Amino acid sequence: MSLYLFPSGEDPGANFADLLRRVQPGAVVPTPTGATALEIRHATTIAALRYSSGVVMAGDRRATEGVSIAHRSIEKVFAADRYSAVAIAGAAGPAIEMVRLFQTQLEHYEKVEGATLSLEGKANQLAQMVRAHLPMAMQGLAVVPLFAGWDWIRSSGRIFTYDVTGGRYEETDFHATGSGGRDAKTTIKLGYREGLSRVDAIDLALEALFQAADEDAATGGPDPVRGIYPIVATVDSTGFTRIPDEEIADRFGVFLERRAGALRGADSEGGEPT
Amino acid sequence: MTMPYYVAPEQVMKDRAEYAQKGIARGRALVAVNYADGILVVAENPSRTLHKISEIYDRVAFAGVGKYNEFDQLRVAGIRHADTKGYAYSRDDVDARSLANLYAQHLGQVFTHEMKPLEVEILVAELGPSEQENRLYHIAYDGTVVDEQRSTVLGGEAEAIARRLDQTYVEGWSLRDAVRGCASCLAGPDRSLGADDLEVAVLSSGNGRRAFRRVDGEELEAVLHD
Repeated sequence: MSLYLFPSGEDPGANFADLLRRVQPGAVVPTPTGATALEIRHATTIAALRYSSGVVMAGDRRATEGVSIAHRSIEKVFAADRYSAVAIAGAAGPAIEMVRLFQTQLEHYEKVEGATLSLEGKANQLAQMVRAHLPMAMQGLAVVPLFAGWDWIRSSGRIFTYDVTGGRYEETDFHATGSGGRDAKTTIKLGYREGLSRVDAIDLALEALFQAADEDAATGGPDPVRGIYPIVATVDSTGFTRIPDEEIADRFGVFLERRAGALRGADSEGGEPT
Repeated sequence: MTMPYYVAPEQVMKDRAEYAQKGIARGRALVAVNYADGILVVAENPSRTLHKISEIYDRVAFAGVGKYNEFDQLRVAGIRHADTKGYAYSRDDVDARSLANLYAQHLGQVFTHEMKPLEVEILVAELGPSEQENRLYHIAYDGTVVDEQRSTVLGGEAEAIARRLDQTYVEGWSLRDAVRGCASCLAGPDRSLGADDLEVAVLSSGNGRRAFRRVDGEELEAVLHD
């Protein structure tokens, strides 16, 4: 470790990834050649949706290696900084590393420049990192993040999605990705309406993950036996807030009760269970 | 052919020290003290945007006096050191002592080997788990490091300000009392400093992971006058 001072033409400025490439080249992962035949850990379903005064982001807790469960309580939703959140799906190892680099980059910029990046600036930074990861994605180690945060310039919550090439797309209201993303997204689509309250948005996100876990083997459902519940966080003008596990447990309890009631009701009327 | 004049090494060092001291004495001073919730740094600085005090890492802050461009470069180097170290190892492994040593090495190196010494004095402050473990490393232009316990003064007229601060300092004082006390020590008996003349920041244990926080604008007005 030493003091990093650069001649003026070679200064990396506030770019932490660039700094790292110069001073710790060993930290940059070499690209493997040939398709990977390794069974690696995968993080699965993540979802985000907008509500009246912010965004909700949620992710299940399961990581898989092939057909086995590699981890029951992995975290896929992170605070990127005070006013934004990032969630990950895909190859867990590189994805978590990307989140760490992204978090450090945002804080590094803030400290060096004495100002925070705009939400759009943060979204573009993440796009660059996903793009830099493209050679790995080509080898089968794709990372697909979901980014959301509070935009101080527009005074609204915004959601950004990515593809493996680093393409960055803004979603108007909601998105879900990962192996159970399709089911989660459909659930949100059916329950979504303009101007949802924060509480309703959290419930909808939980329902989306429940439905995804119902259909997708790689997505974990609520696990009351071990006390493992999805991670749900909100970002609004007060910043990033992770909803405590106890509250998620209560909400799931209410949801399951209602669902079981609906099923019994459908049974007694002789209708199809939903 | 002309022969270079012989100058005794003692004279070279003395000249350089004088040069650096003169540069530093021209600038305004700053003080750092322990207070009830952590460490307080108060600098006399009329600018709202060119900061003397800044955040380095979760529990580490930086402050500099003297030539702005020189200490600002050291500030950025400090952030780079802390962020790369925290990224390579863990956030818990970043500490003020190793950074203070790096600064001392660099300043000492420049002082002895370069044409011009750096006209700066810097402070690396670290908020510890308890007040006894708070650290204030005061690094001089020639690389001398002093590890201060409860307070330190950097910049021009440091000795006079330190004498006043010794009389004013109260163990465990509140933010309000500490800011007012430091401001009056910086000002001296003949003037008074208002919110527009001061830059104030704290490393406070109540701020969560990132302990650094600026006390400015309306909050500083309130602390000084209410």
